[in-house]
Amino acid sequence: MSDERPAGGVAELPVLTRKDFVSDQDPRWCPGCGDYSILAQTQKVMPDFGFPRENIVFISGIGCSGRLPYYMNTYGMHSIHGRAATIATGLKASRPDLMVWVITGDGDCLSIGGNHLLHSMRRNVDIKVVMFNNRIYGLTKGQVSPTSEFGKRTKSTPLGSVDHPISPLTVALAAEASFVARSVDTHTEHLQATLDAAGGHRGSVFVEVLQNCNIFNDGAWREFTERDVREDRMLVLEHGQPMIFGKDRDKGIRLRGLHPEVVALGDGVGEADLLVHDAHADDPYLALMLSRMMWPEYPVPVGVFRDVTRATHDQLLVEQIETARAGQGEGDLAKTLLAGETWTVTA
Amino acid sequence: MTEAQPIERPVQELERVTIRFAGDSGDGMQLTGSQFTRTSAVYGNDISTFPDYPAEIRAPAGSLPGVSGFQLSFSSADIHTPGDAPDVLVAMNPAALKTNLAEVPAGAAIIVNSDAFTPQNLQKAAYASNPLTDGTLKGYAVFEVPITTLNARSAEGLGLTSKQVDLTKNFFTLGLVFWLYERDMTPTLRWIASKFAARPAIAEANGRALKAGYAFGETTEIFHTHYRVKPAHLAPGTYRNVTGNEATALGFLAASRLAGRELFYGSYPITPASDILHQLSGYKQFGVKTFQAEDEIAAIGAAIGASYGGGLGLTGTSGPGMALKSEAMNLAVMLELPLVIVDVQRAGPSTGMPTKTEQADLLQAMFGRNGESPIPIVAPATPSECFDYAIEAFRIALRSMTPVVYLSDAFLANGAEPWRVPDVADLPSIGRDTHTDPTGFAPYARDPKTLARPWAIPGTPGLEHRIGGLEKADGTGNVSYDPDNHDRMVRVRAEKIARIADDIPDLQVYGPAEGELLILGWGSTYGAIRSAVERLQAAGRPVSHAHLRHLNPLPRNTGDLLRSFRTVLLPEINLGQLALLLRARFLIDIRSYTAIRGKPFRISEIEEEAERLLAEARSGR
Repeated sequence: MSDERPAGGVAELPVLTRKDFVSDQDPRWCPGCGDYSILAQTQKVMPDFGFPRENIVFISGIGCSGRLPYYMNTYGMHSIHGRAATIATGLKASRPDLMVWVITGDGDCLSIGGNHLLHSMRRNVDIKVVMFNNRIYGLTKGQVSPTSEFGKRTKSTPLGSVDHPISPLTVALAAEASFVARSVDTHTEHLQATLDAAGGHRGSVFVEVLQNCNIFNDGAWREFTERDVREDRMLVLEHGQPMIFGKDRDKGIRLRGLHPEVVALGDGVGEADLLVHDAHADDPYLALMLSRMMWPEYPVPVGVFRDVTRATHDQLLVEQIETARAGQGEGDLAKTLLAGETWTVTA
Repeated sequence: MTEAQPIERPVQELERVTIRFAGDSGDGMQLTGSQFTRTSAVYGNDISTFPDYPAEIRAPAGSLPGVSGFQLSFSSADIHTPGDAPDVLVAMNPAALKTNLAEVPAGAAIIVNSDAFTPQNLQKAAYASNPLTDGTLKGYAVFEVPITTLNARSAEGLGLTSKQVDLTKNFFTLGLVFWLYERDMTPTLRWIASKFAARPAIAEANGRALKAGYAFGETTEIFHTHYRVKPAHLAPGTYRNVTGNEATALGFLAASRLAGRELFYGSYPITPASDILHQLSGYKQFGVKTFQAEDEIAAIGAAIGASYGGGLGLTGTSGPGMALKSEAMNLAVMLELPLVIVDVQRAGPSTGMPTKTEQADLLQAMFGRNGESPIPIVAPATPSECFDYAIEAFRIALRSMTPVVYLSDAFLANGAEPWRVPDVADLPSIGRDTHTDPTGFAPYARDPKTLARPWAIPGTPGLEHRIGGLEKADGTGNVSYDPDNHDRMVRVRAEKIARIADDIPDLQVYGPAEGELLILGWGSTYGAIRSAVERLQAAGRPVSHAHLRHLNPLPRNTGDLLRSFRTVLLPEINLGQLALLLRARFLIDIRSYTAIRGKPFRISEIEEEAERLLAEARSGR
């Protein structure tokens, strides 16, 4: 059955558009929620991958993000809290022909589902994990999340959170994800480009989308994502390009010892002194360093941090099966039932 | 090896012998027991085994917690249990003697490794004086054999360390017992040659140890007799020896073939279920995919993913692991996907006694989830039956689009018996087509007979749809909070499982179909109950036996059958879980009989309880 299907896209595809990926269900997020933009960009990029609609699956966990599969006219599953990556792992392992997306949030992915994130990334499972990070539990009406700021006052932390936040990208990199990127809900073109790159990668994808929750954590990332400040406070990463930012492209990132340093261009500092982004580096050091940069100490990097190739989990499983069949032939049930020592009793 | 001539010894014929090998967990007792089992099985005896080992891989050498045992019974007649009590105890050290002696009846033979009865080992076993000399073993036929010393001589000249030589002494012991019961050494010599093919000196040492033990029996005057247990009269066919876990893995492999679908096994290592993962991971040539997950939840999550994609999703664990899987099991209930959850039960609660058997997860399987969550349950009764019920579990899962719990236990999992290998052509077909027609497609439309929903898998054009854990609108499967819809869906899911009873065989009775006393059982208590009933019937007692393999739903005739007897006795290795269910369902005063010791029932205790109930009935109570 699944053997007869080509892996990936099909040659003679009808041309699909965004509308083909819009389901008959009306989105039920709060008006003004960042999720609307993420949904729209996701629907927009879907035709780019050359996959027939029926070969695309969206799997989500619990949280506001978990609703997204209902609005995608593909196959989809709204599963249980934190476990979307496990279901996606099994689906991809048994159906390598499918393109599998995992939609999750900061609580779903990093709290209850943290373990599964680590292991799906290290296995290089060919799933595209898109994590909506609004630094709050929205669906349960406003408690701290693993990415909430230290000292944050919420319903569950009236005197301020005593928990230190974690950096999702550092975690993904430490877990050996082969594709790691960040974008922002309102930066629609950048978000589209990032999702496009993510969809084109074979292997474990982790995309953090900085997202606003206008009800329970309004302005979650406002300090550096607002239109008037973002060019000065964010660094758009481009592979092979020096790390330059600023409205006037007059600032850059230089390495000083083991630390990144913000420098003004001119006055003896030129492009040649700056770090050049290398998303394809074998080692993760540069990506790890970039993942630690946060406003106000540094401009916040967005774009593809890391994009490397290694064998995927489903490929390796299939290879082992092919090797076993090449060596032993197709399994013979009758022979296997009789394996070991047998004896015959006659009438 | 000794050059002395063999002495002719009288041979005594026996119908059945029960041997228990006991030693330190590093002494290789499990291997010794399983080799004796294989040899006896190939010889044609009926056999039944009970490996009983500690959870510690290597507890301190010589200590009481470190004792590992393997009991087996072999017979020229049909047997159902590994025997109540050993006729022969082989004790490799004082700790093994101490922990096992209470279960050895007077008059039995005890073979000890006298070399191991040093002051230090006696102290570790908390013996104040040497039991070999202080009268402790009065009433037993004791055979003191300096196994360590004798065995060391057999390995001379091989250039092995004394530690390496010491590791071979279990084969000396095995050789000795082989001689005692006229067993052929060939299968074990073959096994040694293949197991240690890469290490010829070790292979040679083990082979010599086996032969030296055999020769010692043949040439010394310690043993006055040796014994013969003739082959059993088993039904014609080709047989192999099989443990419950082996049969379970083979059954799921067969199910995959019979359904024409890829098997995906997601599991996290846990005693006593891990062997299923090991075995299935060796079936890559069948296209079986195994996944050692990061935890129990990921294991079932991945299996659900595989089922969603059109494969046979399977996950396996023991009780603590099933507790972790319960939320995902409920997702499968809501998604209505075929899935099998194997629970090889062990003694609980919590970590409990990981290597010991128990039947106390029945209520967990029935009710251990939030909401109204009906899940079918099947439970094999013997190691070889594990094969049939693995197939049955997937037959039900595919027929009714539902998760199914398969309840095995540590006794079934590790116990072995001869298995008449079925002809593949005789196995049932359990296939199910996936849905492909987009016309009028509704993800939660139902088959009018089984109430199963269509299996619409990704990759099928025109059937794109979304499912999830939120309540479904009847038919469309869209999210629904409608009160009446929820009421209807809860009842439909329950009815779907209840209707499986249309499609399972009636509960069979061994003995009269009505009368005085029915002993009812489920799972691994089968052997002890059947043996007890055979003895009681032979003594003219009005006793019958029925054994449930389908625990949810129950066979249609269950209530009527139970009501056909004046008394129903239900032995369980729990505090009466099935008894609770049956009392509630049928309002019958089931007589529950329980023992929760981490061990199977003895035949005699069931027999005694039955006699007690019969006497009670006679006295008019």
